[in-house]
This record gives sequence, C-alpha cells and structure tokens, in this order.
Amino acid sequence: MRAEPDGMERLPVFLRNVRIGFGGRAIQDEMTFTIEDGEFIAVLGPNGAGKTTLLKLLLGLVQPETGEVRIFGRKPRRGNPEIGYAPQFRTLDTNFAVRARDLVGFGLDGHRWGPGFPSRKRRMLVDQVLEEVRASEYADVAVGELSGGEKQRLSLAQVLIANPGLVLLDEPLASLDIASAHEIISLVGRLCVSRKVAVMLVTHDINPLLQHVNRVLYLANGRCAIGSPETVITRETLSSLYNHPVDVVEAMGKKFVLGVET
Amino acid sequence: MLKELLTSQIIAHAFIGGAIVAVVAGCVGYFLVLRAQAFAAEAFTDIGFAGATGAALLGVESLAGMIILSLLAAAGLGILGNRVRGRDVEIGMVLCFALGLGVLFLSIYSRTSALHSLSGINILFGSMLTINSKDILLAFASCATAVGALSIVHRPLLFASVDPAGAEARGVPMRALSAAFLAILALTTAACVLLVGILLTASLLIAPAAAAVNLTNRPARAVALSVATAVGVTWLGLVLTFAGTIRHLPAGFYISALAALTYGASLVLRKRFRTMRAFEYPHADRETG
Repeated sequence: MRAEPDGMERLPVFLRNVRIGFGGRAIQDEMTFTIEDGEFIAVLGPNGAGKTTLLKLLLGLVQPETGEVRIFGRKPRRGNPEIGYAPQFRTLDTNFAVRARDLVGFGLDGHRWGPGFPSRKRRMLVDQVLEEVRASEYADVAVGELSGGEKQRLSLAQVLIANPGLVLLDEPLASLDIASAHEIISLVGRLCVSRKVAVMLVTHDINPLLQHVNRVLYLANGRCAIGSPETVITRETLSSLYNHPVDVVEAMGKKFVLGVET
Repeated sequence: MLKELLTSQIIAHAFIGGAIVAVVAGCVGYFLVLRAQAFAAEAFTDIGFAGATGAALLGVESLAGMIILSLLAAAGLGILGNRVRGRDVEIGMVLCFALGLGVLFLSIYSRTSALHSLSGINILFGSMLTINSKDILLAFASCATAVGALSIVHRPLLFASVDPAGAEARGVPMRALSAAFLAILALTTAACVLLVGILLTASLLIAPAAAAVNLTNRPARAVALSVATAVGVTWLGLVLTFAGTIRHLPAGFYISALAALTYGASLVLRKRFRTMRAFEYPHADRETG
C-alpha cells in the first residue's frame, strides 16, 4: 500500500489507518490525518480518549496495532531529536538548586555523558532561547522562585533549544491562571510562525486557543475528527463522534460543549 | 625525637586522609542532597560497618568487605525502585539490620582481643589518628574512581535529579543512572568509612552539600562550595583536636559539630538570600508578555 506522494510522507506527522490499543481495548481506530510544518494544533477530548497515548505513539513509546505512522518521513523512534516533548507533570516546585538558565541548558546537553565544560557558544544559545520565550529577565533566578507561567516558558525553552521540527505539549495550560494561559498560547502561536515548528498542544479547554490554533484534533469514543475549530466544534461533528446527541452553545465568544463530560 | 616524628606523620596522614574524604564527600554529597537520598547514605555507612566487621572476622581486607556489601545493597535499592526518594521504610529496616549484623560481627571479633574491640570502635566513630599510608592509597584509588565516574554521568544525573520528567522525555536512562549513582555512593562510603568511620562519613556527605545548596543556585558553584566546606570543616576539626586547649576530645566530635554548625549558619543566611530575591522580584507572577 504505497501510493502516497513523497511530499506527504515528509510531513511532521503522517498517520494512516492507525489503530492504537491498550490491553486489548482499542483506544483509537482508523486515525488518519497529517500535520504540516508550522501548524498549531490543539488536541482535545475527554479523559481516556487517547490524547496522551497519541503523543506516546509519536514518541515511539507505544506501537500502533495497525496502520502507518511517519514523523518527518520516518518511523517513530525513542529519543527522536526531531521531536520536542514537554511532559505534563513536573516536580520543580521546590527546586532552589538550579537557575532558570540551567533548566533550559538541560535541553541542550543534559542527556550527554562526559565531563562537558561551559562555553561561550553554549551560553549564547541559552540566552537566545530565553529571549525567544521572553524569560531573560529571570534567567538567573532559582527555578523554585518562579510562577507556573514562568516555569511553562522555561519548559518550552528547554524543548526549543534542541531545535525540534515538531513540539508536543502535554497540558501546558493545566493549573495556570487565565492571563498566564493566554500569554503561553500567544507565545506558542508566534513560535509556530517564526520557527516553522509544528505544535500539538493537549488541552481540556479550547476557548483560550480559539483565535490561535490552525486546527483542532478532537478525540472521543475511539475515533477522531480534525479541522478548523468552526468545523469540528459543532453539534453535527461532535454528535457523530460521540455517537449520541451533543450540543455546542456559543456565549460570550466562547464555545461550550453540552451533553458530554469533558 | 622518634616520638615527635611519629606524631607528625600521624598528623600528616590525618590531614591527607581527611582531605581525600572531604573532597569526594563534597562532590557526591551534592547529588545526594539534590536527590533527597541522605537517608540512603546513612544506610550505606551502616552497611559498610557490617561489611568491615564481617571482613575482619573472616580475616579479609575490610575495604573489600565494605565495598562488596555496599554494592550489594546498592543493587538491592536499585531493584526496589528507580528512585530511592521516599523509600524510607525499606531503607530504615536495612539500616537497622545492617547495624545489628555489624554489632554481632564485632562482638564475636572483639572476644579474641582488646585491640580488636578498639578497631571496631574506630570503624564506627573514626579515629583519624590510626590512618596509615596503605589506607590512604586504597581510599585515594576508590575516591578517584568515584569522582571519575561522577564526572562522566554528572550532566544526565543533574538533569534527572532536578527535572525527572523532562529528563525522561529527553531519553535519559533513569533506572541505569539511579543504579550508577548508588554504586558511586557505595564506593564512596566504603572508602570514607575506612578512613574516618561511619559517623564522619555521613556527616561530611550530607552537611556541607546541604549548606552549599542553601547558599547558591548555581550547580558548579555549589559543588565547589560543598567541597571547600567539607575540607575546611575537616581540617579545622583536626586543628582543634591537635592544638585545642582541651586536648583529647575526639576529632569525630569536632568535625561533626562543625559540619552541623555550618549547615545551621547556611539556614540563617539562606533566609536573608531569599528575602533579597523576593524584594527584587516582588511578584513572580508578573509577566513580561
């Protein structure tokens, strides 16, 4: 089954007829979609719909039961330098032992063995990416003294410093106040354009992202739908996805999905 | 004349041995404190005690006994969990059991002669006055190995200790790294216990590094500060032992007391540090957007 034009397979993400399961149960079936360079995708869906499992699939930590997965034209593999992944849970809250710049530097050479000496070039790279996420101001402050929003910026910087083509952010907005969430989102939106990096951002609430994302990937009930927020977050699409009546109400410029547990 | 020479050589050995222990304990201690595994170090020193007395009973080199038992314990802890953080029940039980074994070996061993009983006390609380040049060479070789291994793994180890989720995402082998660190810790404690006893080993592993982490948030500076503090505390303790007005107080008392004092001082200084930072950044939540 080879017929796809070469260009399609070189995309950041290419999935065709992918089925992922867990303990014999299918979490997602017939997943087919592609993501292009510089695209900002929100990944939505109820708990257990397979959002994290999808990220693990792309990272090569979970194997597809059937179907074809390509990351920049190659099979997913562990430790793929083309993917930057910011995990959801971080235990940095009480850490006073390192500065913001140390945490970002880990993204560059924290996985390398050997003595390793500080260099001007390394410092410059760290400074550059700190500037890019607007974190220069607290570059030398201990991580434990920073707010949730500031730590999210560092998390992003740690991922970006390795220069990935695809960035996976698992619930970066969880436990952020609305103002900080908005700032992280517009920052990610800018980075997609300036770096041409594709971003998949897992979230529970689409509203702060509505104006920023290119497309929404909605996972539910073992299936998925992808498209612009206007086409995916509708009564028709979600009702057919969930396979039972769902309503979408718009109020105050926000969308509310009724009839499901999100 | 001869007596004086002998004394001065004993003193020189004490200073050299103390410095070796302080340098390695300062380096390894930094990661120990970051990983919140101080209790594991305590357990290793007690296991080392059992190993040393057991080896003495069997007539084997005590360093060998300590290293073998400590490495076995490291392997055990490694199998127990990829992170020893918070494994306090298991470690506590192993610690007590090891100490009990050590006491058993010691009681059998000391029945043979009074000298043997004294050597057991030395392993526990350290007599820095009985360090001979063979001990120094052995300890130096072990400590150099430990520091060399640490220099190879220090970047992933720091990453994994500070930001485990990030490190795992970046492909750092967490389990292997944890096991490697425990092995380094086992080797370090064994060599240090040989020279200065379990009390000083634990105290030099924990207090200087914890004080350094309180005083700076730069990793390289913290390691340097930790080593400097450990060496300073050890040498000052020895000076007080040899030259103090109240002589014959054991070096172990002076050094462990100074180490604890340094940590106490760092707590006071840290409070001032943090308040200054808070003033500089009144609301960390303020964004730059």
